[in-house]
Amino acid sequence: MSWFLDNFDYVRELFVRHAWISVLSTLIGFAFALPVGWFANEHPRLRGASVFIVAILYTIPSIAMFILLPGLLGTPILSVSNVVVALAIYAAAVMVRSVTDAFGSVSPAVLDAASAAGFSRAQRVFRVELPLAGPVLLAGLRVVSVSTVSMLSVASLIGVSNLGSLFTDGFRRDFLTEIVVGIVAIVVLAVALDLLINLVGRLLMPWASAQQTPRARISLARGSRA
Amino acid sequence: MSVVSDTIDWLTDPINRTGPDGFVNRTVEHLGYTAETIAIAAVIAIPIGLWIGHTGRFRSAAVAITGAFRALPTLGLLILIVLFLGIGLTPTLIALTVLAIPPLLAGAYSGLESVDRQTIDAARAMGMTEMQILRKVEVPLALPIIVGGLRSAVLQVVATATVAAYVGLGGLGRYLIDGQAISDYAQMAGGSVLVILLALVLDGLFAGLQGAATGRRPKKQPTTA
Repeated sequence: MSWFLDNFDYVRELFVRHAWISVLSTLIGFAFALPVGWFANEHPRLRGASVFIVAILYTIPSIAMFILLPGLLGTPILSVSNVVVALAIYAAAVMVRSVTDAFGSVSPAVLDAASAAGFSRAQRVFRVELPLAGPVLLAGLRVVSVSTVSMLSVASLIGVSNLGSLFTDGFRRDFLTEIVVGIVAIVVLAVALDLLINLVGRLLMPWASAQQTPRARISLARGSRA
Repeated sequence: MSVVSDTIDWLTDPINRTGPDGFVNRTVEHLGYTAETIAIAAVIAIPIGLWIGHTGRFRSAAVAITGAFRALPTLGLLILIVLFLGIGLTPTLIALTVLAIPPLLAGAYSGLESVDRQTIDAARAMGMTEMQILRKVEVPLALPIIVGGLRSAVLQVVATATVAAYVGLGGLGRYLIDGQAISDYAQMAGGSVLVILLALVLDGLFAGLQGAATGRRPKKQPTTA
């Protein structure tokens, strides 16, 4: 505990760094997955291809991506941008699937009703499909944010500093407290982001806060990895 | 593109293929950690998941616990256990098992939940015991989702087993850690390519298994109006 108080500024600095890298990567991944997933749902023939590409990307272990991206992008291996790109690719790979499922869960009868009521195509997408797909999108986003926070800690193995640095440093120094502080900080961050996403969801979609669809539950079984 | 050709050179150099440090042996070690972890995790998680799915009890507790397990960083957990138990295989197996439990558990209970209630009621009305319902109705119908959970667990474990090398064990992670220590990028990249190939092959294998599980389910009879 005294170590934590003495090094509070250091831990806080790592915490803030860990938080912005995770949030940025998740948001970039989501911004990419949303249109791709919507498009894949609109064009069933492309759906197979997109699911296949996404499955390949999803299969690539994150640590391998952290190492290979600098070689492919020409960035220095210790650069944060590799990690952000790798985590964003991974987040997008997970979310394209859940976004496709989310739009697929909107009843065709509702879409026909919206068209019959005179909604234009764009209006239908933004005012009918997106809000109805919202709860499943939110469930996907929550799974991804937790896994991103956890996966980022592995980047400390190749020397990119974040809360995972407390693990590698604690291991070198054989110092238990530092590792416990790191684990607690990561869990706190994951829970805080989860609550934040849930809160934003409740504010944006007050009609569907608690309910989970069967599809969302099944997609939870896919999970994350570090 | 010397980075790419260096990596290809590393992968094709026979020196890196054979012997205790060769990637044939490292791949076998890596698969060994993965298989042991999955076996332990399955023995723990699948019976509990089936029980939760069958009875519907403790479902929200299971969701909360799997969520909490998921947030635990495997690297931190591994190092923590190493500091308590010392270097060896046990800490790695424990840390990886914690990683493998959530998808297996979720696959088992959400698989059973996906079974139509009417089918279960019909089985009960026919006089099947609870055990018969579980074994002859629920598990066969839920098999694709249960195998899906298994596939997801295998994928996560094979990807994460690379951290074993950080605490002195073998496996394909050796190349990533050793390469990093001596700034040998070709070795790190070559090791990464091998981990990716292994993950792709295993995932393909389990995708096939999942397909077979779906195919073995009794076909739905067309209902006549």
